[in-house]
Amino acid sequence: MIEIKNLHKSYKMGSNSLHVLKGINFSCEAGELVAIMGSSGSGKSTLLNILGMLDELDEGSYDLDGVPIKNLNETKAAQYRNKFLGFIFQSFNLINYKSALENVALPLYYQRVGRKERQEKALKYLEQVGLKEWATHLPSELSGGQKQRVAIARAMAAEPKVLLADEPTGALDSKTSYEVMDLIQKINDAGNTILVVTHEEDIAEMCKRIVHLKDGVIVEDKKVEQVRASQYV
Amino acid sequence: MFDIERWQEIFDTIRKNKLRTFLTGLSVASGIFILVILLGFGQGMQNGIEAEFKTDAATSIWVWPRRTTMEYKGLNPGRQIQLRNKDYDVIANDLGVEYQKASILYFPNNVRMLYNNDVITYSLAGTTPELQTIENEFLSEGRYINYTDLQTNAKVAVISNKIKREVFKDLDSPLGEYLNISGAGFKIVGVFGEMGKDEDEEERIFIPLTTAQLAFNGGDKVNNLNYMLPEKGTIDETVASSEAFVKEIKHYLHQEHGVAPEDERAIRVWNPIEEAKRYYALTGNIKFFFWFVGICTIIAGVVGVSNIMMIVVKERTKEIGIRKALGARPWGIIGMILHEAIFVTAISGFSGLILSMALLEVVGPNIEIDYVLNPSVNFQVAFTTVIVLVLAGAIAGFFPAWRAVRVHTIDALRDE
Repeated sequence: MIEIKNLHKSYKMGSNSLHVLKGINFSCEAGELVAIMGSSGSGKSTLLNILGMLDELDEGSYDLDGVPIKNLNETKAAQYRNKFLGFIFQSFNLINYKSALENVALPLYYQRVGRKERQEKALKYLEQVGLKEWATHLPSELSGGQKQRVAIARAMAAEPKVLLADEPTGALDSKTSYEVMDLIQKINDAGNTILVVTHEEDIAEMCKRIVHLKDGVIVEDKKVEQVRASQYV
Repeated sequence: MFDIERWQEIFDTIRKNKLRTFLTGLSVASGIFILVILLGFGQGMQNGIEAEFKTDAATSIWVWPRRTTMEYKGLNPGRQIQLRNKDYDVIANDLGVEYQKASILYFPNNVRMLYNNDVITYSLAGTTPELQTIENEFLSEGRYINYTDLQTNAKVAVISNKIKREVFKDLDSPLGEYLNISGAGFKIVGVFGEMGKDEDEEERIFIPLTTAQLAFNGGDKVNNLNYMLPEKGTIDETVASSEAFVKEIKHYLHQEHGVAPEDERAIRVWNPIEEAKRYYALTGNIKFFFWFVGICTIIAGVVGVSNIMMIVVKERTKEIGIRKALGARPWGIIGMILHEAIFVTAISGFSGLILSMALLEVVGPNIEIDYVLNPSVNFQVAFTTVIVLVLAGAIAGFFPAWRAVRVHTIDALRDE
């Protein structure tokens, strides 16, 4: 599903150049649930941004579902993001003046799905994350866990090939974190490919595979026995 | 533009951001409102000043003689100048000057006027039919003096509305009544009023010039020569042509009556166009001032709208990032922001326009201030202003929107 070869990325900080990713080789099959771990500054968020086409790579190659991702203009990148990827952010990134339902329906708007169908679909995904009754509420009326579940529903709504989660539990307490992970595991069980960036051990162990990043290179890549989050809920 | 989904998205945004929309709209609407009111009053002042000058035809010229004040060719100063019919004829035929109408006034001396054996004290003047046009008189009853009257030395009289009110208040109409003027009966054939107010005219009884000269020992004496000149394309050209006319006839009259060329007092000329010109220049200045203030208002409006648009876009940076992450195309986002901006400025601009024009329409005709008459505004001008403001709003919205979509999505998402 994802194929990365010899990926390099550096940022210009004034006159200095900061080499963040120094030759990453990584591949991932459909249906995997991968945790990308590393301390801050290890390059994990940069990797995720490149995977998510929110940032461009300097060197190397990146194929997503057999499509080479390189030198995309903004419009093309937007198209690919919409078609291939679903994002889950640490800070949820819901649009604060739109209701839960409208937030979930937004990626469908950019897929040019009709209003009625959009709302039906969005409601279906809200139901999946257990927030059907909260459909008309604004994000400000929801708890952190609920917000993240809305964000997950939104990421799912476009039916992407890959879900990218950037510290999805970073802003949540442990109990809520486990609830969110439980949801992510269930979505994975249904066959979706998910990449989770995290620095928390327990969250990583709830994935099926852990990739350790340190100073811009992968130092460890192992399959693990998945810890089910449902036992903590 | 006709993408219904986009419209729905915009209406959602507007509905959820009422205050922001309201403030944007208010600044646009008030800008247009103030401009229209200002322009309306500029027009109103021009109308008012024009109305003040409707009394006499604006291009009329009055000539009357006085005493000389300078010695010339052996003639003493202090000599009374007397104009004669010949002067009128020479100006008409030999001088080659251009005018539209010419008339003569002759004021007989020592006349006694009676009506029903009561003395009435108004001034009497002999004149020609052209005076009606030059004096801008309208007839409320009957007719004016005509050429037949002149040829037949008819004993007819035309009186003013004021005299009708004062002397003939008991009659439905004074037409057909007879005035006894120094023993001769003059039949009243018409009643005139004047546009605007002119006290002198209101006190006057007009009879045919020939009759006056014949019956009251006038001979060929005249007191006033009156002219009306054609209007040119611009007021400046009209003034220039009237000044040339005045110079020409003064030159002739000075020579004919032995007046020193530099003696300004002997032959007096009143040329109201010069006065009118000052007022027209004043209205021009006032109009310019109102336009200046209006354009400043519009600029302030444009700056205000730009400011609001910049803040709005800044405020929405994160939203733009989210939309981009969800697959919005850059031009889609710019289009959405501009669509909203144009929609809001257009709606509020036209409401400001309609409101202000309605106000002018309702209040305008009821305004009774000197020099302000029926303030109104050219709809096309106001309409264009709204379009300009809407375009300015769109341009003002475009640049920040363009910059916002250029921002890297990740940076936009981090924006708090």
